[in-house]
Amino acid sequence: MARTVAETIQAITRRHLSENRGLLFGQCVSAVGWIGGTVPEMTEEQGIVELSMADVAGAGIAVGAALVGRRPIYVIRYQGFMWYNAAPLLNYAAKSKEIWGVPCPLLVRSLALEGGIGPVASASHHGMVTRMPGMSVIAPMTPGEWTQAWEWFMSHDDPLYVSEHRRSFSIDYEMESVLNPRADITLLAIGASRLNALEAMKLLAAERITCDLIHLLWLKPFEVTDRILESLQKTGLGLVIDSDFEIAGTSRSIAYELMHAASVPVYALGLEDRTAGFAPHLDNPTPPPAKIVRQVKTLITSELKKVP
Amino acid sequence: MEARSATLGLIPGLSRQFPVAKTIEMFRKTCINHYFELEAARVYDTGIMKIPIYLSEGSEQVPAAISTVSSNFLIFAQHRCHSYYLSFGGDMRKLIDELLHRETGCARGMGGSASIHDPSIGMYGHSGLMGDQVPLAVGAALGSARPVLAVMGDASAEEDYVFGAIAYAATKKLPVLIVCEDNDLSILTHVATRRSWGIDEVARSLNLPSIDIADDPWLIAHYVGSFLGKLPALINIRTCRHRWHAGTGKDGEPEWNRLELMKEELRNLGLESEAGEIETQARQTVHRIWQEQLQKPFKR
Repeated sequence: MARTVAETIQAITRRHLSENRGLLFGQCVSAVGWIGGTVPEMTEEQGIVELSMADVAGAGIAVGAALVGRRPIYVIRYQGFMWYNAAPLLNYAAKSKEIWGVPCPLLVRSLALEGGIGPVASASHHGMVTRMPGMSVIAPMTPGEWTQAWEWFMSHDDPLYVSEHRRSFSIDYEMESVLNPRADITLLAIGASRLNALEAMKLLAAERITCDLIHLLWLKPFEVTDRILESLQKTGLGLVIDSDFEIAGTSRSIAYELMHAASVPVYALGLEDRTAGFAPHLDNPTPPPAKIVRQVKTLITSELKKVP
Repeated sequence: MEARSATLGLIPGLSRQFPVAKTIEMFRKTCINHYFELEAARVYDTGIMKIPIYLSEGSEQVPAAISTVSSNFLIFAQHRCHSYYLSFGGDMRKLIDELLHRETGCARGMGGSASIHDPSIGMYGHSGLMGDQVPLAVGAALGSARPVLAVMGDASAEEDYVFGAIAYAATKKLPVLIVCEDNDLSILTHVATRRSWGIDEVARSLNLPSIDIADDPWLIAHYVGSFLGKLPALINIRTCRHRWHAGTGKDGEPEWNRLELMKEELRNLGLESEAGEIETQARQTVHRIWQEQLQKPFKR
């Protein structure tokens, strides 16, 4: 049976702690479920470092361990807690090599989740990271993609921000891009929005609207690949979908890059510019399939699409 | 909190118990630091440095004392740390070049006066967020099991994450010596305006060995030596900032002048002539090195 994302992370972490003198830092690591089954049940002596609940200090402690070469994994249970943790991670770890030539390799596992969990704990927040220099950002959703993130981390001496989503933890398959010769639009999806985009494509197909779907893994550095360009030039229209906020966010930034590179209109669809509440009707989730469908239909019927 | 004074916590006769060679070494380092800062101020006032400068005049003897006891620390300091860099063996020419915006500077011009470092002496740069060096130092101690020196000011001590870091070091018994250079000023706001507690009291409440003392170098050396085997520990040292927070200006005479008090103590120890020679030599050496570096082209 194939390994899930959670099992993959756990196995890689166990090996890192056992064989590389690696460390894993986090809060409540050994609480119910060991962070969704992603953390091996090991002891402090074996490298699992339970931090106190002082978030900013905790991130700094992980950065200090990175500076002395322990290649720590630092787990942030909710991406919204990055608003605490950003200071040492983005202001020190990300800058250390550029300012002083001193590498600070640590892997930040920042976990997004959603669904009735209020204004702080919901959503991805990789946009705050991509706008700062010095930190590469990846948003894996499959076992192979997480492994790719790890291999990059171990072959570089830079910090890496891994924008995880809890919806990925049970995934035990890889996701290939979907390309159709007669696609009407190119969807480029990030993180959990990839799952919603797949659902939306099924709904759109029932209405005879065909999409290309390209999964975006690396958010920074972001590479405009031939596959993306060819698809955009074929469809004449793009939509970048994200589980982070849209305004001034990663989706709009990537849409901007792609629009210039492909010379076709590329739009963005992310979280709305409002605070999520706990009540279901006040939530602000990753754009659900129905919303993606509405947006696609609006775009392809508008005058803005560039005819290929 | 105890009141500030030049004699806070002084132990009578301590300097006489200190090995003469160590006293000489400590004074030499203090003089190098002092004349480096005077030269830096002089050059700064010519207008060729286009960066803010944080001079340690008035507290030059603190790192001189610490490094005389042990040079085996990883060092996490912040701005106003030229004297730490020099006392622990940093290359003076690279520091001058850094202040002159050169690629050959210790941080290739990226660090300026505030964010200097030297990997060869285990000194890490500072990001500019006051106090963030304390959690980093705690993490470095956890990761390396080496003794780590974390240096902060009395304003940094108030940063919330500093408490979290000290508390974690206490919980995990990590080998960190935390030194707070307490010049009573955050820019120009006095400690008493900002808080009613002492960082040494906070450390004691966490069961850390801790002391609040004046900036007498023999006293500092004494406590560094006695705390080394009991880390983590914290020393709050009352210092006098002779210059502005940033820049070379002065707002009058300092409350006390430790360098002059140090020379007086050296006279009492019968080391007046040695001290005079050391001071002259330090002044000349530092001046010569500054002049040599100034001859090289620099980016205006």
